Amino acid sequence: MPGISEIMQTMDYGPAPEDDSAVRAWLARHADGLGHFIDGACVPGTGDVADVIEPARDTVIARIHHATGAEIDRAVAAARRAQPGWAALSGTARARFLYAIARQVQKRERFLAVLESIDNGKTIRETRDIDVPLVARHFYHHAGWAAVLDDAFPGMEPHGVCAQVIPWNFPLLMLAWKVAPALAAGNTVVLKPADLTPLTAHALAEICVEIGMPTGVLNIVQGGGDTGAALVAHPGVDKVAFTGSTAVGRAIREATAGSGKTLTLELGGKSPFVVCEDADLDAAVEGVVDAVWFNQGEVCCAGSRVLVQEGVAEAFFDKLRARLATLRVGDPLDKTMDVGAVVSQAQLARIHALLADGQTAGAVLHSAPVTLPDVGSFCAPGFFTGTEPAHTVSRDEIFGPIAVTMTFRTPAEAIALANDTAYGLAASIWSQDIDRAMTLAAGIKAGVVWINGTNMFDANAPFGGMRDSGFGREGGREGMLAYLRAPDVPGDMRPDAAPLDPAPAGQGGDAPAMDITAKHYIGGKQSRADGGQSYPVRGADGTVIGQAALGNRKDIRNAVEAASKSPAWSQASAYTRAQVLYFLAENLSQRRAEFAALLDRCTGDRAEAEVAAAIDRCIWYAAQADKQDGGVQATQARHLTLALYEPWGVAGVVCPDEAPLLSFLSLVLPLLAHGNRVVAVASQVHPLVATTLYQVLETSDLPAGALNIVTGPRDALAATLADHADVACLWSCGSADGATDTERRAAGNLKAVWTDGGRARDWLDPAQGQGADFLHRARQVKTVWLPYGI
Amino acid sequence: MTHDLSDAVPRVTGTAFTPDWFEGVRVNRGAAERRAASLTGRRSVKKDWQAAWLLRAITCIDLTTLAGDDTAGRVARLCAKARAPVRPDLLAAMGVDPITVGAVCVYPTMVPHAVRALAESGIPVASVATGFPAGLTPLPLRLEEIRYAVGEGAAEIDIVITREWALTGQWARLYDEIAAMREACGDVHMKAILATGDLQTLSTVYKASMVAMQAGADFIKTSTGKEDVNATLPVSLTMLRALRDFRDRTGQAVGFKPAGGLKTAKDALAWQILMREELGPRWLMPDLFRIGASSLLGDIERQLEHHVTGRYSAAHRHALA
Repeated sequence: MPGISEIMQTMDYGPAPEDDSAVRAWLARHADGLGHFIDGACVPGTGDVADVIEPARDTVIARIHHATGAEIDRAVAAARRAQPGWAALSGTARARFLYAIARQVQKRERFLAVLESIDNGKTIRETRDIDVPLVARHFYHHAGWAAVLDDAFPGMEPHGVCAQVIPWNFPLLMLAWKVAPALAAGNTVVLKPADLTPLTAHALAEICVEIGMPTGVLNIVQGGGDTGAALVAHPGVDKVAFTGSTAVGRAIREATAGSGKTLTLELGGKSPFVVCEDADLDAAVEGVVDAVWFNQGEVCCAGSRVLVQEGVAEAFFDKLRARLATLRVGDPLDKTMDVGAVVSQAQLARIHALLADGQTAGAVLHSAPVTLPDVGSFCAPGFFTGTEPAHTVSRDEIFGPIAVTMTFRTPAEAIALANDTAYGLAASIWSQDIDRAMTLAAGIKAGVVWINGTNMFDANAPFGGMRDSGFGREGGREGMLAYLRAPDVPGDMRPDAAPLDPAPAGQGGDAPAMDITAKHYIGGKQSRADGGQSYPVRGADGTVIGQAALGNRKDIRNAVEAASKSPAWSQASAYTRAQVLYFLAENLSQRRAEFAALLDRCTGDRAEAEVAAAIDRCIWYAAQADKQDGGVQATQARHLTLALYEPWGVAGVVCPDEAPLLSFLSLVLPLLAHGNRVVAVASQVHPLVATTLYQVLETSDLPAGALNIVTGPRDALAATLADHADVACLWSCGSADGATDTERRAAGNLKAVWTDGGRARDWLDPAQGQGADFLHRARQVKTVWLPYGI
Repeated sequence: MTHDLSDAVPRVTGTAFTPDWFEGVRVNRGAAERRAASLTGRRSVKKDWQAAWLLRAITCIDLTTLAGDDTAGRVARLCAKARAPVRPDLLAAMGVDPITVGAVCVYPTMVPHAVRALAESGIPVASVATGFPAGLTPLPLRLEEIRYAVGEGAAEIDIVITREWALTGQWARLYDEIAAMREACGDVHMKAILATGDLQTLSTVYKASMVAMQAGADFIKTSTGKEDVNATLPVSLTMLRALRDFRDRTGQAVGFKPAGGLKTAKDALAWQILMREELGPRWLMPDLFRIGASSLLGDIERQLEHHVTGRYSAAHRHALA
């Protein structure tokens, strides 16, 4: 060991180990295996045993048992038993328990920080300064939501039992993100931590015992992917929340299809980190440190695609290389380390394989000049130059401390490159020009945008993705909505759609005054069915009253393409959208009698009342169009944090047969009010109502492509919409089987789906047919962080 | 890893006035604050390393008295402390040879007293000059003040910049003035005080730093100690990045001196970590790093005694500065 005089000459950092004795003693006490936490007690596991490895030392530190089916049953049953009582507690009573958890986390902050570091391999600096404080913050914030729940969310109710499956990269923080809002809203929980990192969840279970948490409110079952799959598939579960890989998220989407379970998914990312020529480059360099060299790059929202404006690219890469040289990699319990161990040897091997792939593709890897410890799954941080969008490393999540880089010439090109990904979780924008920064923030498809910053989190800032990064938000009011629901609408199950016959019916009616051919309405024009076929439409009395275009998958393709290429509606101001929807009401009103007569012929049911309700609905959504405000979130001082509402983009709607005019408008209008472009499949049985509506649309200044209508076989057209990768959101009111099929197919691009499970509703009742719930589903949130100062 | 931190660096020569190097620079305050805030969480020195770092910090202190009631006696007492900043028994216990502070910093009229009191010690006398702290006396008088202090034996001159030129963007005038001061200093090293509390924005701090270095400042220094806000980590970070950019462009090594506000051993370590992380260990040596302070030394002494004895210390167990 060097003497003090010698150190005065070298000025090296010495070792600065964190004391881990209390945690090692705790691990020794649990040496015979961590059990599950079921119905208020830590119970021994009985399933297959798995080792828990300390990744920095490659040693076994604990054992878990994979939960058996019976154990999962018991946990779900405990949660079910506890739920009514938990929900019936007053908000402040629930708040007290969440507050107690927050306080206990603070009192145990060092223990939890050390335990997390040992279990995951992340540095004590991060667990101590970031993970654990955010955990406490999350429980505090949601204690508040519990207390004000009835005032803040009138008429909403909890889902019931939530199954929550969380990843290994932020074990305790993800637990907090999942558990706190669920419990605040009155749900009970069965949570499954990652099998690589089960320890802090177990410690939290012990905290729950300590504070006298009512039994069964929070249950924790340990295990791997099979356990998680069994839990989310369990019939006793009402709501599933998952954070993890896109592949598993997709599997969960498929597995829960048709189950009636509500789903939120927070999945992978390949988030852009955009450095403009007018950025503070030194600040942006530290941004990369906090983006992709944070938590060993095992961060779903890591800014792992660094896009640099060409004029400053070389200077920026030079600075990055220089900064790499000062990173310290090693023992995560040493307080001077920037980068700890990757979570497992398997993960490390996966990273290395991707790095090799990048180099094979011709990219140059710049690695930190560090000597890695001999033992443990350590990875030298670094970045690629010469990576192109077509390279695998530019598209796949590396989930390690390595960024890819690309250059751009103009802000428009930056946006194009930023959006050239299946993901849409986060983005980081570096520019000192507010116009440039906000233009980029508006243009990039991402659920979270940090301007001149990165990886900023707060319990009151909604977090979640777009596209393949999933749907649903965590944090703030928006996050609470994911754990609340509007009460069920009672209604009969719809029958399956009848097959359609394009052959001439051979039976007639009265000769029409003029033969009318009902076509699709695509891109602002009436268009013939691609298949060149029509199907007979029967009125209430069973007679054929006309022919409608028999749409097929190509008609859907054409309609989606028309919608996709018509951004005008999404770019229009809210005032413009409101005016158009008011105009629609006006024009519909002028043709009130005609629609009433048509409806009477089609359905013979409350025709005049339906038209009146339809006009009211237009007015209601016109009124709402310029009142969808988003929010300004209170987070940190001098951090303007905006929750901006954005349309999904292209939304699909599959209309039911009941109240064909009103149901069509009830589904289409909230989406239009938020600026979505809509592809609607009209009622299969009563399509002529929708096809007559085009003329109203055309006279109402609705831009071409904003609303497209296809008629034909409901379930086949719904399937094409559900499969389509350019449809971001889909509402489907068909049969129960149709809902299942739609939800399963939606896994392809992880589109946000809403179905009514095949249950018909009374669209004339505003409580069932319109409201905040529809508007909420019609948009997504982009959270923009704008820290400021001079 | 060892570094050779003892190589002499050539004296700064400055450059021609080159506004291209700073005109477009915009410093992001939020990012600077985040970096500054996280730095002390990212690095830590413990036990012997902490003792060594604190001893090294002492060798970088410009032990300062800049008060209206300074007298020869006051200055003599300060100089005695400068010669023996740490109790000999503590140094012996740590196995460290005697050390001194970096310099003693006084007003010009106190320079002769300080020179006398520091005779044969090798400790340089630094003098503030140029109408310190406001710097608004006429330029010829300010230059004459430099020559006076140099004539009295000051080995280092701490000048103050004209804030007006920085606040109104008259960078060429600022350059000319500092260059004239550097010329008046001759062979004596010049530290340029930017009075960053007056400049306020980090972008202005960066620009003023760059102009001072172009004009030939051997050191750039944050504050007079008389502004409302003195040395802060974000301001220091900004100045260090300017200094690094200047080094990368010219190869010239300029020193840095935070002043005012560093009162505890923990503060000293925070600034040392900042220096090491942004510029490397070479910038922890007294020819490139000084800390302008008066009360800091006392806190470091107490920490060192604790390191040696394991018992917490008291102020009266260490000689007054």
